Amino acid sequence: MTRRLVGGRLFAGQRAFWQRLLRRDAAESGPVTLTRRRVYILPSRNGVVFGVLLLAMLIGAINYQNSLAFIFTFLLAGLGVVSMVHTFRNLNGLRLRVGHIQPVFAGEQAAFPLSVENPRGHPRFALKLHFTGQPPEGLDLPVNGGQWLQLHHPTAQRGWLHPGRITLYTRFPLGLFHAWGYANIAMRALVYPAPSNERSLPAELLVPSGSDGDQGRGDDDFAALRPYHPGDSLRHVHWKVLARGQGLVTKQFGGGVNEELWLRWEQLGNLALEEKLSRLTRWVLEADARGMTYGLALPDREITPSRGEAHRRHCLEALALFQMPTERRGFTG
Amino acid sequence: MSRYEQHLLPPPSSRLWLLAALFLVLLPHLWRMPVALSLASLGVFGWRLAHELKGWPLPRRALRWLLTLLAFAAVALLFKSVVGRDAGVALLSVMLCLKLLELRTLRDALITLYIGYFLVLGAFLFDQSLYIGGYLLLVVLLLTAALIALNHPQSSAASTRFYLRYAGQLLLQAFPLMVALFLLFPRLDGPLWHMPQERTGKTGLSDEIRMGTLSSLVESEEVVFRVEFQGPIPAADRLYWRGPVLWRTDGRLWRTLRQPLLPAVPHFAAASEPLSYNVTLEAGDRRWLFALDLPATLPQGLDSPALIRPDFQLLADKPLTTTQRYTVSSVLDYRTSQLNDAEWWAALQLPEEVNPETVALARGWVDAGLTPEQLVTRALNYFRDNDFYYSRRPPLLDNDPVDDFLFNSRRGFCEHYATSFVTLMRAAGVPARVVTGYQGGERNRLGDYLIVRQSNAHAWGEVWLEGQGWRRIDPTSNIPPERVEEVVDSQRFTTTDLLAGVAQGREFGLFKKGFYRLRHMWDAMNHGWNQWVLGFDKGQQERLLKALGLQEKGWGGLILLLVGALLVLVALISAVVLLQRPRQSDPVQRHYQRFCAKLAKRGVVRKADEGPLDYATRAALALPQHRELITTITRLYVALRYQPPGQEAPLSEFKRAIGRL
Repeated sequence: MTRRLVGGRLFAGQRAFWQRLLRRDAAESGPVTLTRRRVYILPSRNGVVFGVLLLAMLIGAINYQNSLAFIFTFLLAGLGVVSMVHTFRNLNGLRLRVGHIQPVFAGEQAAFPLSVENPRGHPRFALKLHFTGQPPEGLDLPVNGGQWLQLHHPTAQRGWLHPGRITLYTRFPLGLFHAWGYANIAMRALVYPAPSNERSLPAELLVPSGSDGDQGRGDDDFAALRPYHPGDSLRHVHWKVLARGQGLVTKQFGGGVNEELWLRWEQLGNLALEEKLSRLTRWVLEADARGMTYGLALPDREITPSRGEAHRRHCLEALALFQMPTERRGFTG
Repeated sequence: MSRYEQHLLPPPSSRLWLLAALFLVLLPHLWRMPVALSLASLGVFGWRLAHELKGWPLPRRALRWLLTLLAFAAVALLFKSVVGRDAGVALLSVMLCLKLLELRTLRDALITLYIGYFLVLGAFLFDQSLYIGGYLLLVVLLLTAALIALNHPQSSAASTRFYLRYAGQLLLQAFPLMVALFLLFPRLDGPLWHMPQERTGKTGLSDEIRMGTLSSLVESEEVVFRVEFQGPIPAADRLYWRGPVLWRTDGRLWRTLRQPLLPAVPHFAAASEPLSYNVTLEAGDRRWLFALDLPATLPQGLDSPALIRPDFQLLADKPLTTTQRYTVSSVLDYRTSQLNDAEWWAALQLPEEVNPETVALARGWVDAGLTPEQLVTRALNYFRDNDFYYSRRPPLLDNDPVDDFLFNSRRGFCEHYATSFVTLMRAAGVPARVVTGYQGGERNRLGDYLIVRQSNAHAWGEVWLEGQGWRRIDPTSNIPPERVEEVVDSQRFTTTDLLAGVAQGREFGLFKKGFYRLRHMWDAMNHGWNQWVLGFDKGQQERLLKALGLQEKGWGGLILLLVGALLVLVALISAVVLLQRPRQSDPVQRHYQRFCAKLAKRGVVRKADEGPLDYATRAALALPQHRELITTITRLYVALRYQPPGQEAPLSEFKRAIGRL
């Protein structure tokens, strides 16, 4: 019984070990600190070259029985070892936080704002951060200081983009050692479908859907001015008033016709699924740009007509995540 | 290097750093290389500098190849080889300059830097003096600073001092590791494979005398060897350092006798206790070893075995191209054995037709019925009673040089007196020979050792007397001091301590006193350097281990010891580097952080974006038992921080409050 227990614990310990080794830890939310055990270090390629150089020097020193050559070789060897400690220290104890991630359209670069903080009493130099397979960003950090930077990741597909873990590495000061660590911060970017190049809204969509339109919120006839609210289309901002220095004012139009649009999935006929989503994305953008009131009707979901920034985001998000498996972990992008 | 980095451009300011460091690396090599090659290298270097500063275009690939081939051919032609120390270092220097012409990426820059490190080592193969050691340490500092700059893409010219400081810090931390490796790395007895030795062409004592050849030596202040006596230093007139013994002569030129080399000291009767001492001999290209008359043992501690001639000259197995340190003992009062026929003949050999007047003079003394002892005295008196002068710049002598010297010029230095005396003795039928070497030495009080310089070079005579064997006769010392033209020369046989004369305030001005004192200090440093750094070899290593009580562990034990020492040192250095926390310069901030740390330990961690007041509110809610203290401390902190100067709360109160938490 005892033996089994011990064995079980051993096994658990091993699993933890392998998990650490293979870095399969689950993503962490909140700030990630690169603690001592999370910093790995190995000689860089230059370090190996340097080692070969040292060996050649040592052979020279032995062959010429030259004391100063010995001293010099040993000084450089000592320098290498000391630089290892410094390279390690340069990465040890860094803290990483992720900021607000803006959604992007597929094909664009998603930007992940990161705050790199140095809570220690020594400055950091030539730190590099990158997503796997992406070019690195470099920075220096002062004592007890931090800095924001953006890491970019290309997007290809709509849905949630998980850029994966961030690799931090450094070779400072001598480039002989490569110290690295992984920050597996929980973060994701929402990727909207790429808007189709078919720009215009189809004419049949512009057919009025009802006669009892609400007065004063159409698009055609100028009715009145009211203070700007966030979400109002920039097309309706009265620029002349702004130019006169009287602040942001939105023009209100009273249309005889209510231009409430329904952007419907069925209207797209036999197009492929992604193409349909791409068209709908374009329509949403167009309608929003024109300041129209629009609703989105997808096979599994309907978004009632409205307008403004929040509504647009809502619609685009629905398009981005259409028929995507829901993610169990609930975080906010 | 990742694929994103190997093609990166090195930061511009670091490129200038690199060029400066590399130039200083190249300097000693350029000095030594053939002039044409040095000028060509400088030209190429200048090209790169002009590119960096003035934007000159760099040569195209075809031209670069051509230059490389030319450089290769030039080295092969000038050195008749492309391997070996001289040619190898020259080739590396030129190639380094050419590499600068295509230095584009970070990797190129690093390669040149590594070649730079290698060339520093190359410089040590030529010169291991204290000067070059100090100079190259500075160069290593610069190279390392350049390496840091290259690894710092955000570098700017403004960070110059920072790189130097960082490089200095790294080197300082590397120092203990270097010392451990130097002392404990197992040393071999000889090289791994034989390297071609190059002649250094240094001037030194010659193994033949033609009157006038020693004149250049007399002027040189170069150190030949240094001696530490295990007992007191003997009187100056007993310090005769034996070198080549000259037997064969044609009346003008004196040369050594071809004799077998013996592996043990020939027998002689010692009349006093042997004297033991250590000699540190500067590198040269000769095989000669020096010991006081007469060596009683063969030198110990040399790289190669020592041998001795039947005339008691010590020799090494091969030329001593590196500084050597050996222990030897001598007997100052002695009686040598009988001469054999060959020696008897060689010690009397003298051509009749050269120097006829000298021969006639000696024959005259013999005819007067003088015994060999009386003949020696007669000859010495001859020098004393006639107006012979000691001069470093004697007139040239004619075809019968001894005749000319004895009867005409009467001005000369040791070799004139020694050869004339030996000529007189031989003409009179007394076996005699000329001994060359060094006489006296300068005592360095700082290190309590004796410095023997080229200017101590000397020649004296030896006569063989029945019942006494070989006896040293130094006719030069018989010249009365008032007939010696230079003060230093008159001091020579009376005291070994120039500073003693200095202390008495005679003969030397204040300036000269200071000069001698400085010279002794510098020499003591050089001696220590030779002894502890350059002379550190297998033997010294064994002695060190013995002193530590760790002898006879063999290689395995030594390596174990080395690894252990390195591990301890690396752990210590890591601790120093990783635990190094520069104190907050601001005491208020420091104490406030202590307060935050205390609260964090109780579970209330301050958020990055939380102000002190918000934090206090939250902490007070979470830790109601400490509410009062938390509020007080925060109030004090805010007061210390934000009150105008002069109205802040006392820091001590703030400190006490945090202490109470």
